[in-house]
Amino acid sequence: MDKKDWLEKEYLPSSLRKAKFTTISGEELDPLYTPEDIAGLDYQRDLGYPGCYPFTRGIHPTMYRGRLWTMRQFSGFGTAEDTNRRYKFLLERGQTGLSVAFDMPTIMGRDSDDPMSVGEVGRCGVAIDSLSDMEVLFSGIPLRDITTSMTINGPAAVLLAFYLCVGEKQGASFRELGGTIQNDILKEYIAQKSWIFPPRPSMRIITDILEFCTREVPRWNTISISGYHIREAGSTAVQELAFTLADGFAYVEAGIAAGLSVDDFAPRLSFFFNAHMDFFEEVAKFRAARRIWARHMRERYGAKDPRSCMLRFHTQTAGCSLTAQQPENNIVRTALEALSAVLGGTQSLHTNSMDETLALPTEKAVEIALRTQQVIAHESGVTEVLDPLAGSYLVEALTDRMEQEAEEYFRRIEEQGGVLSAIENGFFQREIADAAYRYQLEIERGERVVVGVNRYQHEDETLGIEILRIDPAVEKRQRERLAELRASRDASRAERALAELREAARGDANLMPPIIACARAYCTEGEIIGALREVFGEYRETVLF
Amino acid sequence: MKTGKRILIAKPGLDGHDRGAKVVARGLADAGFEVIYTGLHQMPEQIAEAAIQEDVDAVGLSILSGAHMTLFPRVMQLLREMGGENIMVFGGGIIPEEDAEELKRQGVAEIFTPGTHLSEIVCFLEKKL
Repeated sequence: MDKKDWLEKEYLPSSLRKAKFTTISGEELDPLYTPEDIAGLDYQRDLGYPGCYPFTRGIHPTMYRGRLWTMRQFSGFGTAEDTNRRYKFLLERGQTGLSVAFDMPTIMGRDSDDPMSVGEVGRCGVAIDSLSDMEVLFSGIPLRDITTSMTINGPAAVLLAFYLCVGEKQGASFRELGGTIQNDILKEYIAQKSWIFPPRPSMRIITDILEFCTREVPRWNTISISGYHIREAGSTAVQELAFTLADGFAYVEAGIAAGLSVDDFAPRLSFFFNAHMDFFEEVAKFRAARRIWARHMRERYGAKDPRSCMLRFHTQTAGCSLTAQQPENNIVRTALEALSAVLGGTQSLHTNSMDETLALPTEKAVEIALRTQQVIAHESGVTEVLDPLAGSYLVEALTDRMEQEAEEYFRRIEEQGGVLSAIENGFFQREIADAAYRYQLEIERGERVVVGVNRYQHEDETLGIEILRIDPAVEKRQRERLAELRASRDASRAERALAELREAARGDANLMPPIIACARAYCTEGEIIGALREVFGEYRETVLF
Repeated sequence: MKTGKRILIAKPGLDGHDRGAKVVARGLADAGFEVIYTGLHQMPEQIAEAAIQEDVDAVGLSILSGAHMTLFPRVMQLLREMGGENIMVFGGGIIPEEDAEELKRQGVAEIFTPGTHLSEIVCFLEKKL
């Protein structure tokens, strides 16, 4: 009997629960997978061994036997003091790396006293205006001993400069500091929409960072190429995979065009993916991502260093899968998503807290989220064997299919003249908006069940969980702090530093040294970005829905 | 089928999360409303002005950055000052229940949180407008 016989004789005559079976992304699934579905698979060519090209089975020869993933909860709110306390709480409870969430003004390069910042200061992340706030944020946390990830894009160069200066004040040299800036501006235009400058000057800043860090901060991950936000904006799994890797290739090409050799900077590129609810689709996505990256890096960009071909990634569970209704169910959703990330071979992981559809998480909620990772790591047994799902007919067939579909997207992007042109003509934005709307309609029609939302609701949905409240006085305190800073610093030194930065921006010198000089002179983030904005202008998106 | 009603969907403040705003805008348009979407990063002044100029029946604000307790009241105040007190304001986002209650006390017609069906918003607007 072969698959076709079985389908005809055994499967099709039986009655089924529903007409169509698909992944959460709408990919149709066969009822089962067999050796026939992976007949083309060549073990050495397509999978290989962990730590070996094409890295489908993982980037390290020991994976979680050598070292568990970094448990890195994204966190920040209120003032630098408030967040510093939360970091110490998380480190005491066994978290192994830091991840900074900034508030909207910081993300958009604006100071806390900017008119656009009213009501936003310290709300969805920590408010950072200058080096002085950054010193408080990491006070009592030795930066030499820990790695820090910072979710910052448009003003990434500025926050990196602040961080390097804090390290320096603690006695650590630039070379000793390790961490990540997100610095992925392409996905801002595509999905997250926290841009400042137009795409082309933004790409120049990024290549300046690549070049500077390659030389001076060799342990720094210079770009965390992010699919997370693309998925959260409503894309499918394949779109997340394809658009993210296409962005990655665009950065590689920008680095090469700036005169860097691919093996000098590619090993410091890392990735950031979403872990959504469809378990096997997600595992396949992570495995396909590694294989695609390895193949393109070696075959298309001529990378020789194996580290250039290794796709290292952070994962965050899907915020958009959480529900405001019956929020405790979110603990279970997050656990399943986290498990897919671990079985997909992630290097670090953030697990969302159950209350995040309502507000920033409470200590209690974030502790449960961290414990979820620890239970997976120490109790579930999944860490004992490397890439345990390899060889599953389903997982290998899905991994293949996702690679092929991603390649198809690369071709379509290429046809439009590359990523920047596709951004400018709204291609990504349209693809994502269409997928988001399709998904919403599937839920409305009841074709997709979300527990507690369109099935198994109960009348009394009162939450009964506590919510973190940000003190409204935070904004006032932060503004006062900023006023004091402006009054007490050496004003002419700050002015001079800003003038030199403007000058550098007009020419083609690397912008990192003048930005670091501004940071040391206690120029504020808004002033530094403001100086650059004068030269580079601001991006405006074509509005569509 | 056209309802003859005009709705402005707006993203005030610095927040860039526009999935909800765009899904709602498209859903309302499909349900027969005439929809105008402001795009991102709008000051309350720009939103109020657009609402008056476009002569809309309702303004839907989407805020996921936690700035709702400042930005909702500000837009409402500006609408009143500009003679748009009859324009209904509703909204959605990451908004805790307690805050939603307070905003409703201040005159916001309804707050829709994650998990809301488009059909609920459509029904609500058809009833209220």
